[in-house]
Amino acid sequence: MSDNDSSQGIPDPEGAAGIIDTNYEIGQDNIETSVGPFNLDVHNPVFLISGLTVVAFVFLTLAFQTEVGPLFDALRKWLTSGLDWFFILSANVFVIVCLVLIVTPFGNVRIGGKEADPDYSYFGWFAMLFAAGMGIGLMFFGVLEPVYHMAFSEPLGVASPFDADGNIIPENVAAAKAMGMAATIFHWGLHPWAIYAVVALALALFSFNKGLPLTMRSVFYPIFGERTWGWPGHIIDILAVFATLFGLATSLGFGAQQANAGLEFVFGIPISITAQVILIIGITAVALISVLRGLDGGVKVLSEINMLIAALLLVFVIVAGPTGTLVSSFFSNLGAYAREVIPLSMPFGREDDGFRQGWTSFYWAWWISWSPFVGMFIARVSRGRTVREFVTCVLIIPTIVSVLWMTAFGGTAIEQVLTDSGSQVREYVIASYSPELSLFGMLADLPMASITSFIAIILVIVFFVTSSDSGSLVIDTITAGGKVDAPMSQRVFWCTFEGLVAIALLIGGGLGALQAMAVSTGFPFTIVLLLACYAIFKGLWDEPR
Amino acid sequence: MFKKILIPIDLSHADRLEKSVSAAAYLAKMDDIPVVFAAVTSAAPGALAHTPEEFRAKLDSFAATQADKHGITASGHAVFSHDPTADMEHALLTAIHESGADLVVMQTHIPNLSDHVWPSNGGRIATHADVSVFLVR
Repeated sequence: MSDNDSSQGIPDPEGAAGIIDTNYEIGQDNIETSVGPFNLDVHNPVFLISGLTVVAFVFLTLAFQTEVGPLFDALRKWLTSGLDWFFILSANVFVIVCLVLIVTPFGNVRIGGKEADPDYSYFGWFAMLFAAGMGIGLMFFGVLEPVYHMAFSEPLGVASPFDADGNIIPENVAAAKAMGMAATIFHWGLHPWAIYAVVALALALFSFNKGLPLTMRSVFYPIFGERTWGWPGHIIDILAVFATLFGLATSLGFGAQQANAGLEFVFGIPISITAQVILIIGITAVALISVLRGLDGGVKVLSEINMLIAALLLVFVIVAGPTGTLVSSFFSNLGAYAREVIPLSMPFGREDDGFRQGWTSFYWAWWISWSPFVGMFIARVSRGRTVREFVTCVLIIPTIVSVLWMTAFGGTAIEQVLTDSGSQVREYVIASYSPELSLFGMLADLPMASITSFIAIILVIVFFVTSSDSGSLVIDTITAGGKVDAPMSQRVFWCTFEGLVAIALLIGGGLGALQAMAVSTGFPFTIVLLLACYAIFKGLWDEPR
Repeated sequence: MFKKILIPIDLSHADRLEKSVSAAAYLAKMDDIPVVFAAVTSAAPGALAHTPEEFRAKLDSFAATQADKHGITASGHAVFSHDPTADMEHALLTAIHESGADLVVMQTHIPNLSDHVWPSNGGRIATHADVSVFLVR
């Protein structure tokens, strides 16, 4: 504690003995001002530089589209292909760190101090971390990936069940099915959640137990010391804002295109920029209401609604799909994942470059670029859990849910592809590659397709709203120097700004380019995360266990 | 006339509260009743305190100083919210209910344009509280 505090006769906190002794006061670099009637309380210089850099990048991308697009894309490809080994090995490190935390006495440390009570019930907590973490991806890739990996990717050299003319080779089917599911679950299982868990735990620990501000830079206190509050910290925070905002805005732009494709498929609403801009405005407006209602009244409620609709859709697919096969294949898929997870995690001595570099390494970079956002959000809602409870729940339960989801959606789609040569999934994934329609294709061959497709579109939209509102809260907290009680006008600003960036990129082009740029931030953040692993152990060492 | 007075405060701007605290102290002395200083914060570390315990201690210390200064009986009542910016009104209504206060004396700003978008906390408390509310400009 600072001298300033002790002179006011403030006693030491109870429970959390690990408070870091720093003279830095949260918010000391903030500027409190007002723009017209609206108050601002923002970090100097993180707020200004982040905002201006984002605007500059949007303008540059719009102005030099033909030059910038290929440049960012080449950068992303170079990172995910040339450094695939680095991403794959790092992700393995994160899984191992998590497993070590579960089994060692470090797991006994409670986030928020020994006496802290959990802020949220299991359901509310889980709904929020899942909705922020990967909800939308499950909608997009749940059908696409299992079918694609079975038919084309040939992970670890497992042969495709189709010959060059698209005829089925019966002896290849069983192995290709198992590998298709294992490879998909690999991308949505332990590894991505371990990435989120590491970031979230590091943030929660250094904020709730050590008393540092809730921003990315705080994790680096054990490494940078007091310099954390200077430029090294500013850069980390600006990078986090940058990755989060571009990740969200480009996803929002692509999401609007996907939702539009779905609307055309189901209702015949033509694909147009106008329809997509209306969708973005709609999503941003609902997200705005959600951030105004706050964490409990907005974000949590929407996440729970989201989970309930997703669960209904999941149950429907299990019941309407090949139920018997799905139930038994849940366990066989889990087994296939357990069997293949180690070979798939090895970066060397493999021939499957397309799968390893094009999918695995890309995914790891993508998860890592999202990790400051998802990690900060998970950290904020996880106070009161022990480290063991936290890591188990962030790592194991989402993995099992992913297995269940992929088994239901992917398993149904694979059955459709293998048993019916005229199935719509086969059309959209294999014959004419239209990934945004793969989910709707699968639903179209099940009963009540128009109702379930409509529900699926609603779910896609609500998942975007939950990402957008939680993302705005996170960006606001980082740019307010870790203050969670900054004026409301700031989060309104970020939420609106994110929608505007998405619209600008949608109309002007450049969504792909900036998404490639956002994914590229996965590289510096991988280094940041590796350092965070060290910081976690160092931080946990001082805590009462 | 009243049994207990609650004064919502923002500890980070305690210097701006003089008017409402003086008004509440005047009323408290007339009826010889206690005053509760209510403050809303998050469990996350903030500018004022690193932990909830530290925040509580700081609030109690503020209440004790004000009690000495104005010659009243005063205590602190901290409310912890997941999202203080959005839940301020709800948290203050909880504090009013928990403390058993039947009069709220609250400092508020002179209405401006932003009140059309976001009404002031004082305005909202006056609208929703089931006890008397005295807004001090």
